[in-house]
This record gives sequence, C-alpha cells and structure tokens, in this order.
Amino acid sequence: MQAFAALIDGLIYTRSRDQKVRLIADYFRTTPDPDRGWALAALAGTLSIATVKSAAIRAMAEERFDPMLFRMSRDYVGDTAETVALMWPDVSADAVAPTVSEVIDLLNSTSRLRAPDLLAELMDRLDANGRYALLKLATGGMRVGISARLAKTAFGQAFALSVDDVEEVWHALRPPYAELFAWGEGKSERPDPADSAFFRPFMLAHPLEDGTVHLDAFAAEWKWDGIRIQIASTGGETRLFSRGGDEVTAAFPEIASAFNSIGVVDGELLVRGDVQGGEAASFNALQQRLGRKNVTAAMQAEYPVFVRLYDILFDGTQDVRSQPWSARRERLEYFAATLDTVRFDLSAIIEARDFDHLAEMRAAARAAAIEGVMLKRRDSPYLAGRKVGHWYKWKREPLVADCVMMYAQRGSGKRSSYYSDYTFGCWTPDGALLPVGKAYSGFSDAELKWLDRFVRNNTVARFGPVREVEKSLVLEVAFDAVHESKRHKSGIAMRFPRISRLRRDKPADEADTIAALRAMIG
Amino acid sequence: MWIDPSRPAERALVTHGHADHARSGHKAVWATPETLAIMALRYGTDTGTPMPYGDGFEANGVKISFHPAGHVLGSAQILLEHAGERVLVTGDYKRGFDPTCAPFEAVACDILITEATFGLPVFTHPPIEDEIAKLLAARDAHVDGCILIGAYALGKAQRVIAELRRAGYDAPIYIHGAMQKMCDLYAAHDVPLGDLILATGLAKAEMKGAIVIAPPSAMHDRWAQRLPDPITAMASGWMRVRQRARQRNVELPLVISDHADWTELTETLLELRPTETWITHGRTDALGRWCELHQLKARALDLVGREDEDES
Repeated sequence: MQAFAALIDGLIYTRSRDQKVRLIADYFRTTPDPDRGWALAALAGTLSIATVKSAAIRAMAEERFDPMLFRMSRDYVGDTAETVALMWPDVSADAVAPTVSEVIDLLNSTSRLRAPDLLAELMDRLDANGRYALLKLATGGMRVGISARLAKTAFGQAFALSVDDVEEVWHALRPPYAELFAWGEGKSERPDPADSAFFRPFMLAHPLEDGTVHLDAFAAEWKWDGIRIQIASTGGETRLFSRGGDEVTAAFPEIASAFNSIGVVDGELLVRGDVQGGEAASFNALQQRLGRKNVTAAMQAEYPVFVRLYDILFDGTQDVRSQPWSARRERLEYFAATLDTVRFDLSAIIEARDFDHLAEMRAAARAAAIEGVMLKRRDSPYLAGRKVGHWYKWKREPLVADCVMMYAQRGSGKRSSYYSDYTFGCWTPDGALLPVGKAYSGFSDAELKWLDRFVRNNTVARFGPVREVEKSLVLEVAFDAVHESKRHKSGIAMRFPRISRLRRDKPADEADTIAALRAMIG
Repeated sequence: MWIDPSRPAERALVTHGHADHARSGHKAVWATPETLAIMALRYGTDTGTPMPYGDGFEANGVKISFHPAGHVLGSAQILLEHAGERVLVTGDYKRGFDPTCAPFEAVACDILITEATFGLPVFTHPPIEDEIAKLLAARDAHVDGCILIGAYALGKAQRVIAELRRAGYDAPIYIHGAMQKMCDLYAAHDVPLGDLILATGLAKAEMKGAIVIAPPSAMHDRWAQRLPDPITAMASGWMRVRQRARQRNVELPLVISDHADWTELTETLLELRPTETWITHGRTDALGRWCELHQLKARALDLVGREDEDES
C-alpha cells in the first residue's frame, strides 16, 4: 500500500504527462502481482468496490471525531477523504501496512454494514499518505489526472509494448490483470482478445496550411465540430471511444444501443439542432453532454445526439483498413444504409468543380457545426496516427477580435514563473469591460517574456494567484467560433481562443465591443 | 509596555524577529540578544536591552523574563509575574527538534497566551528527517535540473540548510540574495550552515543537480527563470494539505514548520494545565473547541496585523 500511496502522491504533484507515465511505468515494473493489477484498475477506472460508499467514510469520521472539529477541518481541507486521512491518529510503529490486494479482498468480501469498521481497522495500519490512498481506492475516483488511455500507455511503456497492442486485449481481461502482466513480462502468450470490442487508433490529419491539392486525387468533406468518436461492435458488445481512446459508452448509451451492426466505424458525435431532423447544433450544445459518466433520460431528450459517419475500419469482422479510401467509402455507404437514421447519417462528400470552387464553398459555409474542410486522398489506406500526405484539415479562417487584457495568471510546469494565462474582455455600451475569454497560447517565447513583464509592471490588484492589470493592452484574439453562454457575464464564449497578435499600437478604447462579438455568432 | 506591538510603541517586548512580531520604530525594546541582532540587521536599529534566556527585569511591580520558544534563532516566550500570578505569552513556538535554535522550555503558568497557527487536527508535522530524505531523493532523481525550495528567509531557510547538513549533504547550497545576510547572522551565532553560494548571476549549467533556496515570493518570480529546469519545493506546514500545495504550483511539498502542530499545541496545554488559556492568531475556533471538550477554560484573543510568514 505504501508504494501505491507514493505513486498517487507523485501523480498528484506531477504536472508533466511524460513524467506521470514514467512514474506509473516504474510502479508496474517494481510492484508484484496482484497489487499492480489492482492499481492499474484503479487508474483506468475499472475498479469498483460495492461495499464502500463515501457515506461510509463520513460515518467513520462522525463516530470518532468531534463533529465541530471535523467540520472545521473539512471546510479547510475541502475533501472528506483527505480530512479523515489527516485527522486519523498516527499509526503505531509496529503496525504492518496492508497490501493493495489485501485491502481489495477484505473490502470485497465484507458487507456494506461491516465496511466502515473494516476500513477503520485498515486505517489504523497506515500512515497519513497510505490512509489517503486507501480511502481514494475504496471509494473510486483517484483524481490524479490519469485517463484510462494514459494508464494503458504507461503499462505499454513499462513492458515495451505499444498502447494499441494493449488496447486489443484490454476489454477481454478483468482486474487484477494477471494475464496482462504475464504477457508484458514475456512469461506467457498474448491474451486472447476473444469476442471483445476494442479501440483502434484513429487516422488523423495534418493542417493544409497554404498548400493546395487536386480534387481528382483528394475527396473533400466538411469538418464537423463535434467530438470524434469510434464505434466498435462485435455484435455481442458495442463500445464507444473518444479520440484519446477512452471509453465513453456510458455517456452516450443511445448511440451504443442503436448501433445494430458488426464492425468498427469512425465518425463525429453531434447534437441535433433545434428542429428534430435538422442540422447539427454548435459544439456548445454538445458540451452539455460531455464529461458525464452517466446520463439521465432528460439529458438524452434535451440534447439528442447522433453520429455522422466518416469512415469504416472493420466491415463485419473484416479489417478493411488497408483498402483505399474510395473502396472504404463505398462500403461505408452500404453499411450506413442499414443503420437507424435517427442516430446515424453519412458525412456528405462536397461536390466542387475544382480547388478554387472548394475554397469559395469553404468561405461561404457558415453553419455553426462546420469547422472547415477535410481533404482525404482517394487511395489512402486507414493509417494509425498522423501520417504526411494522406489527410488534410483545412479549417475555416479564424475569426478575430481585438480584446483588452484584464487578468493574468501564472502557467504551470516550465511556465510556472511566467504570467502566461490571460483573461481578456470587450467593451459594453456603457464603457465597461467584461471578460469574453481566456487564452494561453499563440505567442512566441520572446512575446511571452514581454507579456510577463507587462503583467508585472502593470498590476493593479491581486486576488490570490490572479493579477488584475491596467486595462491598456490590446490583444488580437483569434478563435474558431463564438456562441451564447450563460456561464459568462458577457453572455458569450469563444471556441479555441488564442492570441494572434499583440496590438501594442492600439489604444484600449478602440478594442472591440461585446456587440461586435455577438454579431459573429454563427 | 507592549508585547510584539504592531505599531511603534514607547516600550516593546519582542518575542522573535519575524516581521509580524518585530517591527521597527519602537523607542525602547527588550528582546533576546539574537532577536536584537536580527532586528538590527533588518531595520538598522541598534538600541534595545538584551535579555538572554532566563534573565528578567522588573517594571511597575511586574517581573518580566524571557524563555526559549524553539521557533527560530532567539525566539522567546515571555513570562509576566505579578502578585503570585504568572502569565505566559508563548509567541510562536514549536516542540520539535531544531538544530538552529534553543529548544522550547515548558514554563508553569496560570494564564497561557498561546499561538494557534496550525490549530486544526489535520496538522501533524512529520519527523523532519523524513522530509529531508524526500528532498534528497528528489534531488538524486533530478540531477540534470535543480530543486528550488521556497522557504522563509528567517528561520525556515537556515533550518532546512542545517538539517541537510545533519543528513550528510555537504555540497554547496545555492541561496537567493535576500537570505545571505540572515545566513551569515546564523553562522555568527554558532549555527554552521556549510558552503553557501549566491545563486544570482550564475550560469544555468553551474546549478545543475543543485539545491537552491529562495523566499516563497521569489519561487515563481522572474528570479527563478535563471534556474535549470527546477522542481519547485516548498517547506511549510501548510504543505500537509494536498490542495494547498497544488494551488501554489508546488511539485515537491515538504511539511516542515517552525510552529507547533495540533499535537504539540494540545499536549502543551495538557502539560502546563493553565487555569485559563487565551488563544491568539490562527485557528482560535478549533483550539478553543478542543479546550471546551477537555474542560479547559479558554477564550480567543483577536489580534490585528498578524500574518503568517509562510504565506508571504
């Protein structure tokens, strides 16, 4: 348990992704079975202990601590599990810390009624960090900023396997993943993926930049502004995966249950527009459905989702990834024809006479859900990752607005000594500035130095880590779209804002107005 | 006569040299010789009556004496005796081991005026050896960069350095310019700190694999931009709480405090068993609640102008 607790703490304080992966990989290499397998399950979100709910932890605390002292402590710490872990009397020197697997076995074999006492006995055998890890393990939700995909990546790194190899067998295996580790260490054969639906890496596109392509060789499609999604179904089970490879089936159950074919397809998940059967709504609508582990019927009704299909990877059980795009497209059209039209449609091919005509169509496209144009080479196989020369994304020209810097915050990691995150605003009719967005990219290192100095020299107030600055610097902000937002006082929010230029020449009172931004809502 | 007055006073008794206790501008000052030296360094004052530990004097029939508090070099508790009644002001104190100052002395009293900076039951400061071991392990794992420790310039910085030396770390330690004079002062008071090098103006390559100590305010400041790939550490009792450490962008929290933790605060109360306890800055509510649960008479004493040195 101590090694696992040290890993959890390491992950909490480490901000770099690579460093996190290294910490987990080291743990996997040096920890015996089945502890490491349970840890992998905890990180990948596949561990669930039915006997312990967070109420059990509160009950345990209320029995032992003065309620007033507990409440004051809880208010200060902000997390019940951590508060209990810190307040718990210190471990005696001769206590033997339990292993992760001992903890899991004990908790899995107890009842919900007995669980608080059992948890308390385990607490008595651990130091403060161990107690914290125990409570987080028992209640699920480690909150260490690790996705399932990243946990698998770390497993791959530990044993020199690619994460895609891990994906192929993953869903056929169960915690504590003894077979997986045995395979990783070369002690046994690759586990049989059996009849399981698993993730295949997406094919990604390069930006077209200023290049052109010939439409004889390339097909054009709209680039839809939803979330890229892969549906994999064996007939027995259907799973949905996000671009990062994380499973999102539970968030979109209506898609999984409507998919009644066998195969693997690639598409864009979108929310229907206002009118049933109408066009796709903006990304803003989709956002209401994101980040939810489970979804209510009301949410499903209010924000109905569908998938606009781009490509097919497996037709039935046949791997068609090596076939050219044109052949896959034909198969996809057949495949899509059998699917429920409420939940699935095809991404249409744009019929343009030539590249200039396409450029005109791209410039004229104003639908909220269109981000730009995709160009796909007609003879390209479906390749994992981002390979040069096959797929291009040709985003719509960004919108730009001149905004005034209002607040700044330091970055993290290498940027922790620079004010690199900027909140900026636009003018209201009565001459006030209201924040419209926040950006932390788009500038060069030299510009960052200049901006950092500007913030330090023009601070007018501090609120914890945030500095309010003199409202004098105009930032030209580029963004993909702007939409209504109830969360912001200005009533609008930008999509992908980034700093495109520092307008040191421009007086702040000549920056854009909220009304001007509002007029850009697509 | 005032104790640690926050405004210039005619006559001031000063417990220790931290800025929220020792201010400039007093007409007459009584403090330990070390505290007077610290005040002289900080404010350029050279007045003051030195009161070594155990020494005292009488004013208006009140006997005033100074006793070690174990907080920082020269820190004192102040005992006031009048007509058989004894009032003890702890100032800031700790009970844990500290090679840079005299250990806390338990002084019997009727009324105890105690600090409560870490007066919540979540605060337990682990053995400092564990925290130093954590620091040295991080340094060994990161020899291509450096470890930057945020530590208050008076007391915490010197304690961390002295503990590193005690753990056998004898490489030069790099310090921020704002700490140099205070480190010299400690060395002059027989607290050996080993080889210290000013980090200002050095090439990045020179500080690879080094331990660098700076005041917390400089940690995320432009000053830190000169360091080679630093891991930011922070030596503070607040680091016990994960969110607190993360909010401050700390990658290596070191739970090292010069204040009494919850256990020390409560055990000191049980040891001294004063007839009445007044609780000053910090969590007066929680420590007051604990007194109530233990049938100790207590009340909160609100003071103005207090701030915690770790938070500066």
